Amino acid sequence: MPPSLTPPRDPDALRRAGWTLLALLALWPLLQLAQFRPADLFDARNLAVMGGFLGQFFPPNLSAEFLALAFKATLETLAMATAGIALALLLALPLGLALTYSLSVSRIGPGPGRGAGEALRALARMALLLLRGIPELVWALLLVRAFGLGPAAGVLALALTYGGMLGKVYSEILESGDTRPARVLLESGSGRLMAFFYGLLPGAAQELASYTIYRWECAVRASVIMGFVGAGGLGQLMDQSMKMLNGGEVSTILAIFLLLVLLADALSVFLRKLLA
Amino acid sequence: MSGATFAERRAAMGFCLHCWTTLLLLALLVWASFSYLSLDLARLFSAESGRGMLQFIGRFFPPDASAEFLRKIAKGTLETLAISAVGTLLAAGAGLLLALPAAGRLGGELKALTRFLLNALRSVPELVWAALMVLAAGLGPFAGTLALALHTAGVLGRLFAESLENAPPEPARALLDSGAAPGLAFVYATLPAITPQLVSYSLYRWEMNIRMATVLGFVGAGGLGQMLYYELSLLHEPRASSVIIAMLALVVLVDATSAWVRRRQMRPGA
Repeated sequence: MPPSLTPPRDPDALRRAGWTLLALLALWPLLQLAQFRPADLFDARNLAVMGGFLGQFFPPNLSAEFLALAFKATLETLAMATAGIALALLLALPLGLALTYSLSVSRIGPGPGRGAGEALRALARMALLLLRGIPELVWALLLVRAFGLGPAAGVLALALTYGGMLGKVYSEILESGDTRPARVLLESGSGRLMAFFYGLLPGAAQELASYTIYRWECAVRASVIMGFVGAGGLGQLMDQSMKMLNGGEVSTILAIFLLLVLLADALSVFLRKLLA
Repeated sequence: MSGATFAERRAAMGFCLHCWTTLLLLALLVWASFSYLSLDLARLFSAESGRGMLQFIGRFFPPDASAEFLRKIAKGTLETLAISAVGTLLAAGAGLLLALPAAGRLGGELKALTRFLLNALRSVPELVWAALMVLAAGLGPFAGTLALALHTAGVLGRLFAESLENAPPEPARALLDSGAAPGLAFVYATLPAITPQLVSYSLYRWEMNIRMATVLGFVGAGGLGQMLYYELSLLHEPRASSVIIAMLALVVLVDATSAWVRRRQMRPGA
């Protein structure tokens, strides 16, 4: 067969074109629902607002007074994340331990407590699902109404959502390790708590700590934006500056955001390396 | 065991100065955090505040389940899904475009520049993007879509660039050596090799974006979040609780679906 001079046609071209067309057709209602109107971006009024706002980004507001305010808000953000994780642990440890199968005494043999144990575990699982299924920002929005504006609502919101996440993951970590020591301890008559401390914790401590540090890093990121619903921290400062369309302040806070997130990231990586 | 001497017991307990100082330091940090925020835990968990809390929760029950409001919620849910889907699609497209220079295929200067751009896009949280986009595009779901697209483009761009860098170079080399145009070599040799990875990264981000899209509405960027914010400001607690239930159902459904898909993928032969 002589080599053809024109490049061969893609034999799959027709099928590909068909699928692409079908995908585009399916996309159309989605675009409608999301009110996808790029022209809005170039609307004269929006352009004027955004242009004026962005124009103020430079120079950033670096007055000593504002920086002091931002520094206080940054410390508040870090304190919120730390306090939130601490409270989350109070929720996560008992619920996570209740969920862990290898710490169940009733599971070893058909004893009288089996039904109650199963019921308790189902309840704990439901509670964890409810806690982590509702995003922390929704908890914050609700708690601001109960506790008023300020960091208290943010800390509790973090505690609820992260308590749910940590509890679930803790029980998974405990379950994924070697569970035989705990079983032996339980079978020879030790209590659940002792079986946890001497049978499961030594093998899982490092992973548990590492995951908790990772979650602390996520909590820093989350508490940065808590302020948008009035729950304290840097976000609240940002929200105020944005409502007043003060571009200089917003750019300063954005820079602090970036530094804070990078710092939390680096610290978390460093600590987890130290553990490994 | 009862015959163990004090020294033996101490050795068994393995007193570890390192551990105790770490724990003490952590406790100090936590205490400092609470005192800096001047959180009064005793008052927060007092009986009085508990009663107030119960009263507050009581106002959310029973949830509003009228047919008319449920229809609104269904529309809000669809809007949330559309925001997340379109946002993720836009991000995947932009991410792929940015990944080409970020993987160093168009020269060193462009590589550094796009890497910086991707980092900047990624480090601004979605909610902050949403607040900015509400200014740029007006209230509504379009602002939320753009916000998700901007943040996710930063994330996906970086991941895609890594996939591109790790893609096997031989197939493209073979096509180029036999005279194919560089664009065609990319489309027929490099892209098919990394497509599964690109798709799985995008699906994973879509899952996260569905969760995010439920709260973007708090700054006016559409979806279920905007409904919740609106109903709560009007003190319509029963309606707000219906919206929260819808959010919870959406998140749990997405979680279950992705867990199911992942299990299927892991099963050999499936």
